[in-house]
Amino acid sequence: MFRFIVRRLLQLIPTLFGLSLLLFIWVRRLPGGPEDAILGERGTPEMRAAIRRSMGLDEPILVQYGRFVQRLLRLDLGTSSSTKRPVVEEFLERFPGTVELTITALVIAIGIGIPLGYLAARRRGRLLDHLSVGGSLVGICVPIFFLAYVLKAIFSENLGWFPSSGRQDPTIDATRITNFFVLDGLMTREWDAVADALWHLVLPGIALASIPLAIIVRITRASVLEVLNEDFVRTAEAKGLTERTVRGRHVLRNSLLPVVTSIGLLTGGLLSGAVLTETVFAFTGIGAFIYEAIGQRDYPVLLGFIMIISVVYVLVNLLVDLSYSLIDPRVRVR
Amino acid sequence: MALLEVDDLSVTFARRGQRTVHAVDGVSFSVDAGEVVGLVGESGCGKSVTSMAIMGLLPRQHGTRIGGKAVFDGTDLLGLDDRARRDIRGRDVAMIFQDPLSSLNPVIPIGLQVTEVLARHRGMRGDAARKEAAGLLDRVGIPDPDRRLKEYPHQLSGGMRQRALIAMAVACRPRLLIADEPTTALDVTIQAQILELLKELVHDSGTALVMITHDLGVVAGMCDSINVLYAGRVVETARRRPLFREPRHPYTAGLLGSVPRLDSGRGEPLNPIPGSVRDVLSWSEGCAFAPRCSRRVDACLDETPPLVRTHDGRSYRCVDPVPLPGAVPAQAGPADQSGAPSPEPNEEKTRD
Amino acid sequence: MTMTGKKERLDRLAELVNRDDERGVSLWQEAFRRLRRNPAAIIGAVILTIFVLVALVGPFFVPYEPKDTIGIREGVVKSGQGIIPGASAEHWFGYDHQGRDVFSRMIVGARQTLLVGVVATLIGLAVGALIGGVAGAAAGLGGRWGRAVDNALMRVIDMMLALPSLLLAVSIAALLGASLSTVMIAVGMVSVPVFARLLRVSMIAQANSDYVLAATSLGVRKPKIALTHIVPNSLAPVIVQATLTLATAIIEAAALSFLGLGNPDTAQPEWGVMLADAQPYLGIRPALAIFPAVAIIITALGFTLLGEAMREALDPKLRK
Ligand SMILES: Nc1ncnc2c1ncn2[C@@H]1O[C@H](COP(=O)(O)OP(=O)(O)OP(=O)(O)O)[C@@H](O)[C@H]1O
Ligand code: SF4
Ligand SMILES: [Mg+2]
Repeated sequence: MFRFIVRRLLQLIPTLFGLSLLLFIWVRRLPGGPEDAILGERGTPEMRAAIRRSMGLDEPILVQYGRFVQRLLRLDLGTSSSTKRPVVEEFLERFPGTVELTITALVIAIGIGIPLGYLAARRRGRLLDHLSVGGSLVGICVPIFFLAYVLKAIFSENLGWFPSSGRQDPTIDATRITNFFVLDGLMTREWDAVADALWHLVLPGIALASIPLAIIVRITRASVLEVLNEDFVRTAEAKGLTERTVRGRHVLRNSLLPVVTSIGLLTGGLLSGAVLTETVFAFTGIGAFIYEAIGQRDYPVLLGFIMIISVVYVLVNLLVDLSYSLIDPRVRVR
Repeated sequence: MALLEVDDLSVTFARRGQRTVHAVDGVSFSVDAGEVVGLVGESGCGKSVTSMAIMGLLPRQHGTRIGGKAVFDGTDLLGLDDRARRDIRGRDVAMIFQDPLSSLNPVIPIGLQVTEVLARHRGMRGDAARKEAAGLLDRVGIPDPDRRLKEYPHQLSGGMRQRALIAMAVACRPRLLIADEPTTALDVTIQAQILELLKELVHDSGTALVMITHDLGVVAGMCDSINVLYAGRVVETARRRPLFREPRHPYTAGLLGSVPRLDSGRGEPLNPIPGSVRDVLSWSEGCAFAPRCSRRVDACLDETPPLVRTHDGRSYRCVDPVPLPGAVPAQAGPADQSGAPSPEPNEEKTRD
Repeated sequence: MTMTGKKERLDRLAELVNRDDERGVSLWQEAFRRLRRNPAAIIGAVILTIFVLVALVGPFFVPYEPKDTIGIREGVVKSGQGIIPGASAEHWFGYDHQGRDVFSRMIVGARQTLLVGVVATLIGLAVGALIGGVAGAAAGLGGRWGRAVDNALMRVIDMMLALPSLLLAVSIAALLGASLSTVMIAVGMVSVPVFARLLRVSMIAQANSDYVLAATSLGVRKPKIALTHIVPNSLAPVIVQATLTLATAIIEAAALSFLGLGNPDTAQPEWGVMLADAQPYLGIRPALAIFPAVAIIITALGFTLLGEAMREALDPKLRK
């Protein structure tokens, strides 16, 4: 198990190098550069050249890449050309927000999706089944940003139940340690800060959860239906086990396998959704920041982001493989 | 009184947009305590559905109708509620299935799959259950039972998986064991071992066994009495020896004729039954076997052929049965084809 | 019972049996039969028929020019002061923030939305089919090189899948600048990995299937096998996927518009752009957002319903 994890993490290194080289070239080919973003229309060619030189953009691309890798090894991702702050610093500040948001969304999606999908399968053809199948079809079709706006309009602007923007109420003077606001609050025992941070996560979390929820409901339902027809369920019934044991021990666990796989595939979609949700709720996270970085041609930020995404992707897949092997003895990792 | 008395069991599946399937169409047979009874017939004749109906394992879906009775030790299994049925299943009546790999839960160790029966019906837990489970595995011939208990189905060989399933089935010393083609998925040497094991188990414990198979070899090796099914009905019932020596129903005769025999001459062709099970009439229109029957006469399509019981405890459902060897072979003549033959004098006709 | 009666019955039986034998012939006919019985498929088909009709014919009959700012010309619309009149006899869906007729824009928008969806899907399909086809063929050919090519292509596809699709689209849009074709290309590229995987998998599965092996051993030439067996059999899942992709393409396009990367040409309104434009006026006239949003949802739902129903109808596991 341990060796498996280490090996997978080592595999990450060549992937990161290949990916960074590809993206380095790709990003450099974007028309315009940071000098355009800084100077706008005004700059003279000399001023542009000066900026490019100061940023090292006038050198051959491989030299630039070499320097990038060198710094990367020191965990230095350079300085954002738009905010003038170290990229690592920006990420440390913003990434936790996105992570909290996606985890909230996943908790909602898994917490509701699996039980709902399971119940729908057991009540196949009845009202609950039709409702959840129909609901999940609609859920997939509603644009996230529209849903976010509707939630915001109803539950925060009209009813005032939830805050409409941000990660924390500015009047709360919370201590920052990791920038995971919930975690910070738990560590410092500032319970009001924890509650407030969680409160801010509800609406964006629901908006972001909509599509994963719909997908998990459908996959769980289909999977349970398939497992219910398996021979080993019939064996369990033939043993005279109680309905509870049959469902809990034999049906549910086997149904989870495809669900786990699908959760691994959701990462990319969640990050896309995070861009939109964070924009609507003015939520300080990485999504909205990256969106701006693309517009600003902020190369260091974009490269750093891609690096992080790849790491996240590999980690998520590692987690999926590990949980898979926990559920299914046939896929023991070694 | 027999241990299990199946009486006029019928199962129909009606689905929207599809023709209603009479999977089982009035099956009756009985099993005495400690007896080994065979249910034989081609694929699709309703063997599995019959056994599942008795066990109450048919999918509870809309449009499935079950009729008739299956009286086990005085109680009609078909009339029980879910709770009572679960109490009997696995304890008094157990079942083993065709495909041992898919019949075992792939993500649970063998041990738990055995002990869960013990916990459910015998209230055994913890160490006691584990010991008992190891003993069971040992009894069905699985070497090194303590290690095997911790293993998962995919780590066992095919034969061992079926042994494990048998261990689960006999864990509570049931009085009736139904085996639905338990050896079809195994290779020949393993088949023989599993059959031997089953024979031994039922002999030692006095468990009655219903052996479902399409393999006459299996039947010949172990059954005391045999029911031949065709299109959801029993067409012939007899003890083993008489059935093999002198089959009366043309279908039984056909089945026997299509099995290669060691003592048949090399040049002698096999005699497969023409057509397939899909070429059936509904029993209400006459004899369902008529489209494939070489002895067909007009009377076969007049009505459902009645069940004929003979003095020696045999019965068959045919208006023109294969004559007994030594009997006057008058009926085989082409001249006789037009008229319905009269049953032999010592046979009584029953209508059902 | 007469002789003929019995004979007839036996004949009828023989007929029944034979007809059964012929029925296995057409997978497509069978699938279509099952589709027609599925209410979800019917609803999806009805939605799509209406949508396509409106998209094709509607723009010829719109009451106003979609980019004509009549409301402002006539002085009835003052968005700055929060005055945007709603539905009236002349303007069924009211005005938008620039005084344009929302009804006309919705109709013309249907065509734009359909166009973006279809072209984007075709782009994704074409590029995906190319990559997946090459990978599948390479894998089929086997050998060290074949496997290497297949592996490399699949790595690229995996990376594309790992990237958040929206950010992929955004960077493409940033690269090309906002325009109609940018939206199409960006949204199309997002679906490339899905199609590529699908084609590769189904090509490999087909290549290993019994009838292809049989045909090969009978000496049928490879291109012929590909044309007569592999392509038709891979087609069904591709059509299903394309239908489903149309739904996501429409939604992705809307998201791009929301981020300000939609088609900037006001004469060619697209529902996503209309929805994005309406956001600042949600408080004043929520209908401005609701019309395009509902239209997007219903259309996407139509494609999804039909796609899922087709998938079910073609699923061999569900076929009886
Ligand atoms: N759930 C069901 N719904 C509809 N028809 C069914 C169902 N289960 C079984 N049948 C039909 O009932 C008939 C009898 O099936 P059954 O499985 O009992 O045959 P069998 O004798 O066990 O054959 P085999 O030797 O292949 O196991 C078949 O025609 C089958 O198609
Ligand atoms: S009743 Fe007639 S058709 Fe049926 S088995 Fe007997 S002889 Fe053949
Ligand atoms: Mg069977």
